[in-house]
Amino acid sequence: MKNSWTKTKFIMLMSVLTMFLAGCGENHLSALKPAGEVGRQQFNLMVISIAIMVLVIVVVTVAFSIAVFKSRRSQLGESFKPKQIAGNHTLEVIWTSIPIVLLIILAIPTVYFTFQQGDTTEMVNAKGEPNQDVTIINVTAHQYWWEFEYEHEGVVTSQDLVVPTGEKVFFNLKGADVKHSFWIPAAGGKLDTNVDGVNSFFLVFDDDKAQDADRLFYGKCAELCGPSHALMDFKVKALEKDDYEQWLADMKQIEEPLQADAGDAKEGQEIFNNSCIGCHAVTPTGAGAVGPNLTNFGDRELVAGYLEHNKENLVDWIKDPETLKPGNKMTGKYQLNDEEIEKVAEYLMTLKVDEGTGDKSKLRETKDEGGDK
Amino acid sequence: MAQVKGKKAGFGAVLWDYLTTVDHKKIAILYLIAGGFFFALGGIEAMLIRAQLAIPNNDFLSAGLFNEVITMHGTTMIFLAAMPLLFAFMNAVVPLQIGARDVAFPFLNSLGVWLFIFGGIFLNLSWFLGGAPDAGWTSYASLSIASPGHGIDFYAVGLQIAGAGTLISGINFATTIITMRAPGMTYMRMPLFTWTTLVAAILIVFAFPPLTIGVFLMIFDRMFGSNFFIVEAGGNTIIWEHLFWIFGHPEVYILILPAFGMFSEIFSVFSRKRLFGYSAMVFATVLIGFFGFMVWAHHMFTVGLGPTANAIFALATMAIAVPTGIKIFNWIATIWGGSIEFTTPMLYALAFIPSFVMGGVTGIMQAAAPADYQYHDSYFIVAHFHYVIVGGVVFALLAGLHFYWPIMTGTMLSEKLGKLEMVIFFIGFHCTFLIQHWLGLWGMPRRVFTYLDGQGYNAANMISSIGAALMAVAVIILLINIIKTLVKNEKVGRDPWGDGRTLEWSLPIPAPYYNFAQTPLIRGIDVLALEKEEGDGTIPSAGPVEPIHMPNNSFIPFMISLGLFIAGFGALYFASGKPWAIDAVADLPVRPWALYVLIAGLAITFISMGVRSWKDDLGYYITKEELEADLRELEARERGAN
Amino acid sequence: MAEMRYNVPNDQWPVHPEKATLEGRNKFVGFWTFLAGETVLFASLFATYLALKDQVPSQDHLVAAELYHLELAFVMTMFLLTSSLTSVFAVYHMRNNNFGKMQLWLGITVLLGAGFLALEIYEFVEYVSIGHTFRSSAFGSAFYFLIGTHGFHVIVGLIWITLLIIRNANRGLSVYTAAKVNTASLYWHFIDVVWVFIFTIVYLLGVL
Repeated sequence: MKNSWTKTKFIMLMSVLTMFLAGCGENHLSALKPAGEVGRQQFNLMVISIAIMVLVIVVVTVAFSIAVFKSRRSQLGESFKPKQIAGNHTLEVIWTSIPIVLLIILAIPTVYFTFQQGDTTEMVNAKGEPNQDVTIINVTAHQYWWEFEYEHEGVVTSQDLVVPTGEKVFFNLKGADVKHSFWIPAAGGKLDTNVDGVNSFFLVFDDDKAQDADRLFYGKCAELCGPSHALMDFKVKALEKDDYEQWLADMKQIEEPLQADAGDAKEGQEIFNNSCIGCHAVTPTGAGAVGPNLTNFGDRELVAGYLEHNKENLVDWIKDPETLKPGNKMTGKYQLNDEEIEKVAEYLMTLKVDEGTGDKSKLRETKDEGGDK
Repeated sequence: MAQVKGKKAGFGAVLWDYLTTVDHKKIAILYLIAGGFFFALGGIEAMLIRAQLAIPNNDFLSAGLFNEVITMHGTTMIFLAAMPLLFAFMNAVVPLQIGARDVAFPFLNSLGVWLFIFGGIFLNLSWFLGGAPDAGWTSYASLSIASPGHGIDFYAVGLQIAGAGTLISGINFATTIITMRAPGMTYMRMPLFTWTTLVAAILIVFAFPPLTIGVFLMIFDRMFGSNFFIVEAGGNTIIWEHLFWIFGHPEVYILILPAFGMFSEIFSVFSRKRLFGYSAMVFATVLIGFFGFMVWAHHMFTVGLGPTANAIFALATMAIAVPTGIKIFNWIATIWGGSIEFTTPMLYALAFIPSFVMGGVTGIMQAAAPADYQYHDSYFIVAHFHYVIVGGVVFALLAGLHFYWPIMTGTMLSEKLGKLEMVIFFIGFHCTFLIQHWLGLWGMPRRVFTYLDGQGYNAANMISSIGAALMAVAVIILLINIIKTLVKNEKVGRDPWGDGRTLEWSLPIPAPYYNFAQTPLIRGIDVLALEKEEGDGTIPSAGPVEPIHMPNNSFIPFMISLGLFIAGFGALYFASGKPWAIDAVADLPVRPWALYVLIAGLAITFISMGVRSWKDDLGYYITKEELEADLRELEARERGAN
Repeated sequence: MAEMRYNVPNDQWPVHPEKATLEGRNKFVGFWTFLAGETVLFASLFATYLALKDQVPSQDHLVAAELYHLELAFVMTMFLLTSSLTSVFAVYHMRNNNFGKMQLWLGITVLLGAGFLALEIYEFVEYVSIGHTFRSSAFGSAFYFLIGTHGFHVIVGLIWITLLIIRNANRGLSVYTAAKVNTASLYWHFIDVVWVFIFTIVYLLGVL
């Protein structure tokens, strides 16, 4: 008994040490492993502030420990009478001015980065229209899922965000129902998705950092938004510019819903068209739909934002969304029996976008046309 | 007229006495009991939170219930535990520290405590009446408007009632300290606890009205069909965030300043040394209070207020570090060269310095706005504010409980158990919250009811939960200590710590209900230490024994509070099922009686107020003869004890 | 015995009867502290109003410039300003220990306040009849909350002063009742000052 407790203690101690030494968390998830310029600036600011603060802690702790150690009554004896000192002007000036100096050291980069990271003027061109030369993604947060609309291409997707690496990616953020907050810890800090207006900012994903994270970063909702706030995760695929544009072109060419070939999936599609299509689009257009866009559902990384992407989980989700994501808006909106659900799931898993079939030049053409308008 | 002394009163008489009392020492006991109860409740909620988060994918609490528990934990701890417990010590100590017979408005003092108690009960009845509020203690408008059922309504109405009590108490303490000081007790001779109480009271007066307005906006939107936060009708939810934090940030200082004050007293007493840099400490206190109103938007760096606003509020926030630093260094200078006795209160005070510095420096880290975009709403924040509030305020409350226990009850808590409690609490506290800084930086958002396996959060969360359990053990030890001490009931005499420096320790224990038979004359700072040094330790009197004017007990405060409590239910159910109601309550059954309950409750309150205004309440006098008899009795008793 | 403390013979009537006792001084300081809190309360209300001014769901809702009548607001202002002056007269007579005249001027104050209130009710009724209500828009909510809170203060003040007139009728003046009258008068001035801000920020800036 005692032995196993000692063992547990040892394991715990080791795990604590490991964490302190590794100290940085996961590549795809940690603010301490910044994946791009924005996150790196923020990380550097953290390092500056931590350095200053550690200095403060050390000074205070040393002074405090000496004070306590030297002044113990057990050492000095009961009869020792402390000298009553009202104060000391020089000391007051010293410990007022040194913190001021330290704070100024911290304040300068703070103000500099605040303005640099708040600068979204690139998003619009001289005419005040969205700038065609930069990537702009409109994010709408819903209870409890994310919609992503690619501003220039008009492509709409949900839950999986695809971004190009090596450039500023601009986001317009808004909340559809309640306030959420858009956070990709590895790429940079968060910004709220208010219900009152649009917030804009940018993030950068470096290609080598993306590779370290297997091109897949984690995103999270950081503002309490209801029971399933904890489950409102999303995935960020960071692709090289070429691959990113190819993906966009592949998505864009889908003008009609992908047709299921035969069997269960075919039947599933019919059931889907009768019961689900009111809320879920299967073509990559129509921002602002009631439910997530399912055009490329088969390519998704997760079911319901947090479960492993397989058919079993999908069937469970359609059968009983309330248990998996309490408070979601899908529960009770449809009536399907188990067999139908199986078929719909089968169909949804086939919704994969053929890679490399889209015409990238077309993407550019529309872009240029848009620019000439 | 004079109260029954020395005789054993029946339970009914005691109960009636406490229901109607206007004596600040008894009101302190009421605050202590009620605040202690809510502290235990909030603590149990904290244990539930940590139990749920101990392992990944836990289903100990459901998602919805978890949100109710975190909301109630935060709301209870801030409004119903920390502040009332501070009021308990302010009531017990401040009038004695300044040489006053009572507070400026004894009637309002009673009203304040009953409003708080009824507000707290109202808020907690939500557990039994359809579910507790679930939008976090900050209750941000879009979510709180969308939250179905009446949970948020309990939050809004409960806070409004309790908040009114706090505001009244704030006015009362500010006035008391301004007008009721004994002759010679100049502002610059006031003990630090009195100073911090004064500043905190003024902060309450300026900080609570914005909350009142914010909560009214919410009450009107949820219960009376207005559109303040309804975006489709032109409303704006950010207004709530501003109003809440214009209150919310000063609130942090309302809590921490009195804590600073208590620690200042404790450092001084148990180092046998006067406070170093008294005037700098006073200046820093006032400065912190002043700055406290100019930094609220640092809670809103990620709202999208723009870089200019963020930069200004970042700089203002950093500025607060300066006066706080002054305080820390002055405390160190106070114990430096002193003669430290390691009593339980002193251990808490010593533990407070490094713990609070940790919380303070992470606060400065968050002032760097771009870095805060990462910290914000992550576990880093949870770690930070618990370091400040537990490491600062709760340490102070526990220290104060041990320190002022003799003044409040006439007995002494066991030092042995006290030190054990302190050590366990200290270890548990750091174990719980230190690791949470890393959790936040590793990407764990706050207010999540669970987390998935495989994100590297598991071990850290387990450590945190173990620490929380340790804190619970410490509180249980404290409870055992309290019960043992009360059962033993060994009375102590004047100045039980032996090194009291300020006026409250000069009084006999228990202090007579009129506090001072003769008005004391204050000849300097740390008046008791001064008189011990220069004389026999008795405080000179400012005048002869004279009749003392005393206020009458009153049941009206209870009735005023009860009326609002009843009216609260009327308001709460008024919108249920009405066609104009927001979606959150539109589907609930109509309550036709709601309007009548609202009117009846308000009628009780306003009629009670009218009666108060109509009747002459002139109080009564303690005669010179009674006072002299008391003094003789006291002298005989103390001679007998020696 | 307790009563004796408050009943001061005429020749010993203090210059500031309201601050002659410790309770009176407490009331004075405490009430000023309360008014400081009330100032922040109204500041929050003004901020809310300014943030939501003219925020309506659609074009067919009326906005400030189309709603407000400056003339009516001006007349209301005159009523309230005059009532503030009459309450000063009441306090003046209180300090001279002239109970009858104090009661008279308090009565006139109440009448003027009631006149103000009647005009305000008239204004509200008219707005409601043309569709500008508490529930019609965020602007409506903010307008009625700000003006309504002030109006509620007026009602409380009227009831308070009326109760004082009646209760003091057979008690007369003492340093005990003087403190009560002085506090009510302070409150009434505060209401008046707030209205000056409302007139400027809501009505004047609303139609400009």
